[in-house]
Amino acid sequence: MLVATPLAAALAPVHQRYLLEARQMQALSFAVHIPLVCFGIAFPALVLFVEWLHRRSGDELYLVLAKRWSKVMLALFAVGVITGTILSFEMGLLWPNFTATFGSVFGLGFAIEGFSFFMEAIFIGIYVYGWEPLSPRLHFASGIPVVIAGFTGSLMVISVNAWMNHPSGFRLHGGKVVDVDPLAALFGNSYLWHELVHMYVAAYIVTGFLVAGVYAIERLRGSWGRYQRTALAIPLTVAALAAPVQVLVGDWAARDVARSQPVKLAAIEGLAKTTRGASEHVLGWYTGGQVRDGIAIPKLLSLLAFHNPNATVKGLDTVSPARRPPVNVVRVAFQLMVGIGTALALLGVAYLVVRTRRRRLPQSVWFYRALAVAGPLSVVALISGWIVTEVGRQPWVVYRVMLTSHAVTGAGGIPVGHATLALVYAGLAAAVLWVLRRLARAPLELTVAS
Amino acid sequence: MHLYDVPLVFALIGLVLYTVLAGADFGAGAWQMLAGRGAAGERTRDHAHRSMGPVWEANHVWLIFVLTVMWTAYPTAFGSIASTLSVPLLLAGIGIIVRGAAYALRTGAESPRELRAIDRASAVSSIVTPFALGAAVGGIASRRVPVGNAAGHLFSSWLNPTSALIGGLAVATSAYLAAVYLAADAVRVGDRDLERAFRARALLAGVLAGAIALGGVAVLHSDARPLYQGLVRGAALGALVASVLAGAATLALVWWRRFEAARYTAALAVAAVVAGWGLAQHPLLLPGLTVARAAAPHDTLVAVVVAVIAGGALLFPSLGLLFGLLLRGHLDREPGAAQPVAEGRAILAASAPGLLGRAAAACLVAGIGFLTIAEQPWAHALGVAALLAFVVLGFFALESADQARL
Ligand code: HDD
Ligand code: HEM
Ligand code: HEM
Repeated sequence: MLVATPLAAALAPVHQRYLLEARQMQALSFAVHIPLVCFGIAFPALVLFVEWLHRRSGDELYLVLAKRWSKVMLALFAVGVITGTILSFEMGLLWPNFTATFGSVFGLGFAIEGFSFFMEAIFIGIYVYGWEPLSPRLHFASGIPVVIAGFTGSLMVISVNAWMNHPSGFRLHGGKVVDVDPLAALFGNSYLWHELVHMYVAAYIVTGFLVAGVYAIERLRGSWGRYQRTALAIPLTVAALAAPVQVLVGDWAARDVARSQPVKLAAIEGLAKTTRGASEHVLGWYTGGQVRDGIAIPKLLSLLAFHNPNATVKGLDTVSPARRPPVNVVRVAFQLMVGIGTALALLGVAYLVVRTRRRRLPQSVWFYRALAVAGPLSVVALISGWIVTEVGRQPWVVYRVMLTSHAVTGAGGIPVGHATLALVYAGLAAAVLWVLRRLARAPLELTVAS
Repeated sequence: MHLYDVPLVFALIGLVLYTVLAGADFGAGAWQMLAGRGAAGERTRDHAHRSMGPVWEANHVWLIFVLTVMWTAYPTAFGSIASTLSVPLLLAGIGIIVRGAAYALRTGAESPRELRAIDRASAVSSIVTPFALGAAVGGIASRRVPVGNAAGHLFSSWLNPTSALIGGLAVATSAYLAAVYLAADAVRVGDRDLERAFRARALLAGVLAGAIALGGVAVLHSDARPLYQGLVRGAALGALVASVLAGAATLALVWWRRFEAARYTAALAVAAVVAGWGLAQHPLLLPGLTVARAAAPHDTLVAVVVAVIAGGALLFPSLGLLFGLLLRGHLDREPGAAQPVAEGRAILAASAPGLLGRAAAACLVAGIGFLTIAEQPWAHALGVAALLAFVVLGFFALESADQARL
């Protein structure tokens, strides 16, 4: 839309020798934060469900499970909070010109999100520390705001990201940002909806498969009481239902991308030239203007993207080489996500069939082995998806309005900051694994026979 | 006051609350360092951890609040500040990571040795973080942050007398607030030894903070003359006097063991200093940049103000609930012991799993039709709703009605 006038950024853009490091520092911080956030979104609902089962049946086992999960939830939430805090610092530390130029347009999203975080933090404190003092009814009620805030928090962040991908709600006049309408920018944006739904479903997939994977490993090691079966089945059922849905939602996302960001779609597919009735390439490597060693399926791309086998799909040639994202990064990430997504959906369907037909859990060792790797793979799919979205938008930080190189800070020392942060994150990851193992090792306070 | 000042007032209120609430948390972390070894030291450190547990996250969100309001309402100023002060801000960020991680780790620690190691890391970060944030404030207050992308000096913008002063003051104030807070908590749990110990610490840290603040006037006189001149006249002077009075009152209250009241006067003292700073600097946000010129367009300001007021209407009752439970001692125990089992009630068990399952399948088919085959936005909305209904219904069909069979 706004391509005609070049942007006059609020602060003069400067040359930053370490732009790539800045980008990677940002990517690293996201890659740490986003998997944690999945637990903030999906875990409270699972814990609450288990508490509800306890209230309904009076079965002590559910209570023990809910309490143990709630401890894990609190620890992961704390780590989500601190990694998120780093991200908000980075908005200024790495991209001051992005924030300075467009803060008035997108900032509101984060400001509202702040309140969501408040609600989540307050009620998670009450919930986890309130098992004894609160009446069962009140205690259950105190968990509900946590679930809602997990949703609104992701809504707000994603509204910002959707705006960066599909900017609106302002005009450029002589290069200056004018006529700002923050509400239209954030919530009147057609790009928001597929991103929100796709991320929200992803959170349940990641949380579900990771938690179920823990008990799958316990089963492979031979501990398989009713406690483990219950703790495996509940998250697994959510993930198994969500995984096939995610394929449908992902297809919807791809159609939106085809309409709004044709260059990103061209990078996803490795489509060099604008083509009528374009074919889809599975696997392969993009070099010299085409995909080599891939399997081509004629007309499938046109069909998938526009529901018409003869539709014209725009290629990378619609923009100058300097305005194209790195094709293979985006393409490989996309294929990883889709490959994993398909595998997870099949695993989910297999489970659902056994569960509904035979009314029991699968018995094959291979099922539990697959389940043990499904969790980590779903995290890979999650990060890959974000690589598709963010790297696929490059070199723009705000699509077709502001270049990432114009957004970056002029400050020195980015490699030092990057290295320091990487070390701190490595320590953090070790610490989180350590505490989770400790929490898992604590003896069960089960009085009922398993 | 103009509309363009209002978000700044919100941000300053957020800053005061962050200083008072999270400051107490950092201070508690710092006291863990000085608690020493042995059973007594362990008890002190444990106490410091326990009193902060339930409120830790909520206290830290105030910083996020300040940042987001600043970058939405005064984007150019925010960009300039963050790019010039990148070093102290990154330090503070890392400090927050370590402090938060230590807090999460403590739930898993088993031996005293592990606890000591965790507390030591937490103590170092609890000193570094307030210092770094205070030093950044000092850079802004002494006009060392010009408008522009990293236009100020990478180091001297925060390594200078004013920054050292405000950073030191932030550390001392945190220690002081924490000691007052922990003394009050010790009274609540009825631990006389701890109360005595933290009362002594509060008095010590309070006198120290007061001395730094008074001595700081001389530093500002030589290093940050415009700020000094702004501080010694008009309303800003009034604010400073109020702060001194509140500070003295706090010390007296601690002396007489009125810890609960001392918390509020201490908060007042901090609020008055921040207000004094704001008044002394008004109308400039950064050198050459007035608040009016830094402010976002009108519609954004209206949206921010409305959002903050609406959010506050939700937030303050919730905070009240949390602190109410905490101060009445309801959140002192970690989760663990069993509680009496509630009466069982069957809600969904009545509905047969088969029925729910069939409804779920129908939703799946509808979802595919509306989301994948149809093309209109309204159809997509229906499709998403149907798919989510599929997940929810399918889940209840299996896990609510069928769960007990496993
Ligand atoms: C568990 C995680 C997961 C799984 C299994 C999938 N995705 Fe995904 N995908 C994401 C997690 C994700 C995400 C949460 O990481 C992204 C990043 C931005 C977004 O909206 O969702 C994403 C982005 C994303 C995009 C780019 C959207 C944009 O730039 O706006 C497309 C086109 C797809 N996905 C398509 C798919 C397809 C066709 C899948 C089918 C198998 C699939 N995804 C499975
Ligand atoms: C508001 C929501 C945002 C979300 C959800 C988001 C998401 C992500 C994610 C997940 C990645 C990591 C991809 C990877 O692992 O390689 C990423 C990378 C990146 N993001 Fe964003 N981002 C957001 C905002 C921003 C902002 C504010 C900027 C900068 C102004 C930005 C610029 C970048 C850049 C430059 C990269 C690295 C791309 C590369 O390595 O080539 N994003 N983003
Ligand atoms: C530029 C991008 C981002 C920024 C600046 C950011 C900022 C933050 C901050 C400051 C917190 C801590 C809140 C607190 O103190 O309670 C947080 C947590 C959270 N973030 Fe992010 N975040 C970003 C990306 C994302 C993304 C991509 C998602 C994905 C949906 C997300 C969803 C959440 C959620 C749900 C929480 C709640 C904490 C939890 O449940 O662990 N954020 N984020």
